Amino acid sequence: MSPSSRRVRAVIRKELRDFRRNRSLTVGMAIVPVLFCVQPLVTVFTLDPAASAPLRHEHVLLYMLGIPALVPSFVAAYSVVGERQQGTLEPVLTTPIRREELLLGKALAALLPSLAVAYTVYGLFLACVELFAAAAVASALIRLPDLLAQLFFTPLLAGWSIWVAILISTRSDDVRVAQQFAVLASLPTIAMTTLVALNVIKASLVAGLVAAVALLLLNRIGWRLASALFDRERLITGTR
Amino acid sequence: MGLFGRGGRSRRPVEPDADGSGREGSARSPGRGSPPLAAGRLGGTRALAAAGGSPDAPALSVSALSKRFGDRTAFRDVSFEIGYGEVFGFLGPNGAGKTTTVRTLGTLVAPTSGSATIAGVPLAPENGVEIRRRISVMPESPGLYLRLSVVENLECFAELYETPDPTDRIDRVLRAVDLADRADDACGALSKGLRQRVALARALLSDPEILFLDEPTAGLDPAAARDVHELIVALSRSGVTIFLTTHRLEEAERLCDRVAILNTTLRTIGRPAELRDQLFARTLTVRTLAPLGDPGRVFGDLPAVDGWRQDGPAGYVLAISDAAVAAPAVTRALVKAGADVLSISESHHSLEDVYLELVDENETVHGR
Repeated sequence: MSPSSRRVRAVIRKELRDFRRNRSLTVGMAIVPVLFCVQPLVTVFTLDPAASAPLRHEHVLLYMLGIPALVPSFVAAYSVVGERQQGTLEPVLTTPIRREELLLGKALAALLPSLAVAYTVYGLFLACVELFAAAAVASALIRLPDLLAQLFFTPLLAGWSIWVAILISTRSDDVRVAQQFAVLASLPTIAMTTLVALNVIKASLVAGLVAAVALLLLNRIGWRLASALFDRERLITGTR
Repeated sequence: MGLFGRGGRSRRPVEPDADGSGREGSARSPGRGSPPLAAGRLGGTRALAAAGGSPDAPALSVSALSKRFGDRTAFRDVSFEIGYGEVFGFLGPNGAGKTTTVRTLGTLVAPTSGSATIAGVPLAPENGVEIRRRISVMPESPGLYLRLSVVENLECFAELYETPDPTDRIDRVLRAVDLADRADDACGALSKGLRQRVALARALLSDPEILFLDEPTAGLDPAAARDVHELIVALSRSGVTIFLTTHRLEEAERLCDRVAILNTTLRTIGRPAELRDQLFARTLTVRTLAPLGDPGRVFGDLPAVDGWRQDGPAGYVLAISDAAVAAPAVTRALVKAGADVLSISESHHSLEDVYLELVDENETVHGR
């Protein structure tokens, strides 16, 4: 049974409208990535051009992939348990929507602002490096393979982070607990991207392709698993 | 009133009151002024089609349905049938299992045992989507998105129901609940009563065959509650089956064709008048200026009088089988005996009396 695109779109539209009017959420989504950038920018600006040669063999900017892994976890962790606590979940579940459709809508709604934030922050970071860092440093940092990796891995990592957070949200009884666990769950991904950025884990085209396929599969599995664990009865009655 | 612009009510399994008065003449004939809820034309088209398509099928059929949560029984062995266009009241004390029953029939909760057919679809996990397409549930708590406007809330649900021409439908339901002028207000800025109306509008979006209303007038002022009553009447006239859960017994008595009283098990089911007759003996109370010399002789052989007892120095309670026969006969006998009659009145028991009698009886049984 394929999902109804109309119902999925309805969930996305509702969520995006809700995000727009929730200022604390918007500010929270923007602050974390900005904080993420401050230290690397300071380091880059103060870097001696003579020390830029080793940078050509590293993938420092892949550190920025931590942003899509972290940013959506707050929103996605709220998605189910938050609605449950607000009392808005029951009316939604009395409509013909399937749990797969509801969760897909929630996930895509969390993905869209996360991508916007991640790409915008990355763009601003690149602009700052290009404008204010030494030319040798800028050319060592900004390379096409890293840009492509950022482009393709941002949605894949964000998606994985979102499904983990939604999974936690479907089984949690409290928004704060769900958000804390979701942030914790995103830490291994951030650690992984940091290790790649620091060249501890060697990045290569093959490794990148394998990682991309694995993440695609994990996203698919995450959707199915979250749907399977989405128990209407437990969510409505608080039993089981 | 012409709310729906269609013919009269579809078929119902329940006959109207024998005397044609009471409920039918009050809540079902809102004739005061121009009620705001009459502004919309909502349709009820699917309900009419369903009623016309299968002449003998009930809208809702429940057989030996039970639900347990671990060791706790929410409700047990519940059976009833409801016809298309019927307003069915579901009463019971807090914790009786009413909301769980609604959630079970709304496919939110799986039954432990028993079966049900909802709008022609058997209650089964694989039929959840199909059942939810045909019904609508208004939970006790409105559950609105408070940062979104009224119309944005309705847009979301119209899309979830895949309503054809959602803009027109939203416009009609907003007029039906008299909220057209508040369409762009954030739901968080509305009063509790207005939020309740938005929830009712949301429940009407899908043109349901069966509408489950859980305390729809809770928190509403009397005028708003009256508007909701009128809407319920109009919906039932258009063939929509209403499953009304309420604590307001006077509301159930005015609106419902039949009521069921649940207290974990189904205590009784029937028309309010029938339930009163089943539970309470019909009596005439007679007051005279002075005690009768020989009341046994006065009341002894009267038609439709089954017995009598003294009630105070100059008062008498007569058990009767038919007030229309007994009252004139008692009056004639009293006049013949030379009594100065102060009053002769038939006792009246409300649905509340029935409810309290059954719930108290149940608590007594459980308390033993």
